[in-house]
Amino acid sequence: MENSQKPEEILLDINNLTFSFHTYGGVVKAVRGVSFQVKKGEIVGIVGESGCGKSVTAQCILKLNPEPPGFFEDGSIRYKGEEIVTKSDREMRKIRGMEIGFIFQDPMTSLNPTMRVGKQIEEVFVGRPEVSKAEAKRRAIEMLKLVGISDAERRYSQYPHELSGGMKQRVMIARALVGKPGIIIADEPTTSLDVTIEAQILDLLKQLQKELGTSIIFITHDLGVIAKLCDRVLVMYGGKVMERGSVRDIFYRTGHPYTHGLMHSVPRLDISKDTELEPIEGTPPDLFAPPAGCPFAARCEYAMKVCYEAQPPEFPLEEGHASACWLKHPDAPPVEWADGGKGGEA
Amino acid sequence: MEKQASQTTPLVQVKDLCKYFQISRRDILKAVDHVTFDIMRGETVGLVGESGCGKSTTGRCITQLHPPTSGEVYYEGQLVDVSSRQKRLAFCKKVQMIFQNPYASLNGRMTVKEIVGEGMRLHFSYSEKELDERVEELLNRVGLSKEHMSRFPHEFSGGQRQRIGIARALSVSPEFVVCDEPISALDVSIQAQVINMLKRLQRDFGLTYLFIAHDLSVIRYISDRVVVMYLGSVVETGETEELFAHPLHPYTQSLLSAIPVADPDVAQANQRIALKGEIPSPINLKPGCRFADRCPRAQERCRKEDPQLQDMGGGHWVSCHLAGER
Repeated sequence: MENSQKPEEILLDINNLTFSFHTYGGVVKAVRGVSFQVKKGEIVGIVGESGCGKSVTAQCILKLNPEPPGFFEDGSIRYKGEEIVTKSDREMRKIRGMEIGFIFQDPMTSLNPTMRVGKQIEEVFVGRPEVSKAEAKRRAIEMLKLVGISDAERRYSQYPHELSGGMKQRVMIARALVGKPGIIIADEPTTSLDVTIEAQILDLLKQLQKELGTSIIFITHDLGVIAKLCDRVLVMYGGKVMERGSVRDIFYRTGHPYTHGLMHSVPRLDISKDTELEPIEGTPPDLFAPPAGCPFAARCEYAMKVCYEAQPPEFPLEEGHASACWLKHPDAPPVEWADGGKGGEA
Repeated sequence: MEKQASQTTPLVQVKDLCKYFQISRRDILKAVDHVTFDIMRGETVGLVGESGCGKSTTGRCITQLHPPTSGEVYYEGQLVDVSSRQKRLAFCKKVQMIFQNPYASLNGRMTVKEIVGEGMRLHFSYSEKELDERVEELLNRVGLSKEHMSRFPHEFSGGQRQRIGIARALSVSPEFVVCDEPISALDVSIQAQVINMLKRLQRDFGLTYLFIAHDLSVIRYISDRVVVMYLGSVVETGETEELFAHPLHPYTQSLLSAIPVADPDVAQANQRIALKGEIPSPINLKPGCRFADRCPRAQERCRKEDPQLQDMGGGHWVSCHLAGER
């Protein structure tokens, strides 16, 4: 497939997604009104800390969250114009794997240890009489080769425990790709891998995205990975989108104190050792009783009275760049944090 | 004269340290194989490498949690000896450890006061009141307060638990602390809090750290010198700035180029040195350089001869046959 830019086609349209879980302690509001779109062939990154709702958001798209205890409170997810929220499990099976692929976080536990690797890749074709057994096997082996597994024919009939961590993650990617889905959701696919293997997997994903024109939703807590791979980024916190924009918007024209804090709390290779890191003090909010105002207010050094009282809407900053922060309100006092991201190099 | 000696003798000397695990009658896993390095008083040495390279085992051998298979560890010039209870106590008074997983390294049946006070009871003869005061002081130091003393570990978040682990390590006023990946189990925004605290504590108490991590940005930020390990042996060591600016070993070079940089322009322009394949198993290693199978520059010689650490000047040591020639 060539990389020609057709008029941008919206594959996935998520609107005001709200998803909660019933637990013994009450209702946990994991995702609170998240909206975003994924266009054909782009890589969207979702970044945030643990418990910010990024994984739940991703799993909602394939309805992988157990219901109950989980339930959709509100919102819609449209894939190629079709509503997903109301689909039955049977209908979802047609979408999973064939239309939308999913790469799980932990390759060590997400493969079935009692099943040969090849069979797990072929599982996508179960219940599809139009794909013959021989065809399924051919495509599985082709995928194994594509993701860079040498000796694919032999690996096809091995069990997961015979493969290393990086290799298992490649199998997971092959499994997500074999149905030639329009979108792949990758939920922290490299978190449990070593840096050199992580770099290989990231290169592989980027290359596959170019060759096959697949869109990718990439979930991670690592800003370095986001910078390397993504076209557009959502920053999530406390179940809400704090900031959205292109990678360059997020990194060079940071529009939200949380994004700023996140960037400055990791040691970077080019900072001097004498500069103190600027940690974000405090801990993430309790989602049993989410705060009435901005979820970040309690940890935000710029917080004003209004931040505790009302949730900020998203204020548009530039084309495609928006920040849910009261500081961006036209009447807000002008606040300049240290250097607006970390500009300069741009 | 004596003073000078204490300045030039390293606080900790690791000499030819080996730790082998016999995993079956035939197979030997060489987790740490002839590792040698020094740690000077007051400095932070970063020990970095990928999972399974033996960095944690090295740390555990230094604190004598694992008895080394062979090789020696010297503390203040003295061979470390923990053969009797008394000697072990004396050693533990000076050397402490902070563990990676704050969920597994605190006893869930002990209160915070018991956890932090346990070492003090062993080493000092405090009265109950003094003990309370000391524990409270330590908790304040690590950003917790008096109210937390009677609580149990499950009531705390990961970052807070790691603080308890740090308070426990500092409770006996040690000189040397081995930090085994103290932040890798924590959330990004919490990591910086703990790094800053470790740095502050080092300054206030004059601590010496061996900082074990796989994250190179953190290593660069916190360490004065860096030791890079691969498959159980040291491949390169040097001053932090020098090593990051001029990595000489092909493994260090590829490791550095693989770091995801949190800057889109740099990250996308960055041409990384692609490493083929994966880390081989450390069981029954082949002779020759351990990195040879993945090395982009490997030659005939690398597969036959074991490279030795050679001095490249300025405290920069490399274990590579090709290091001299460029």
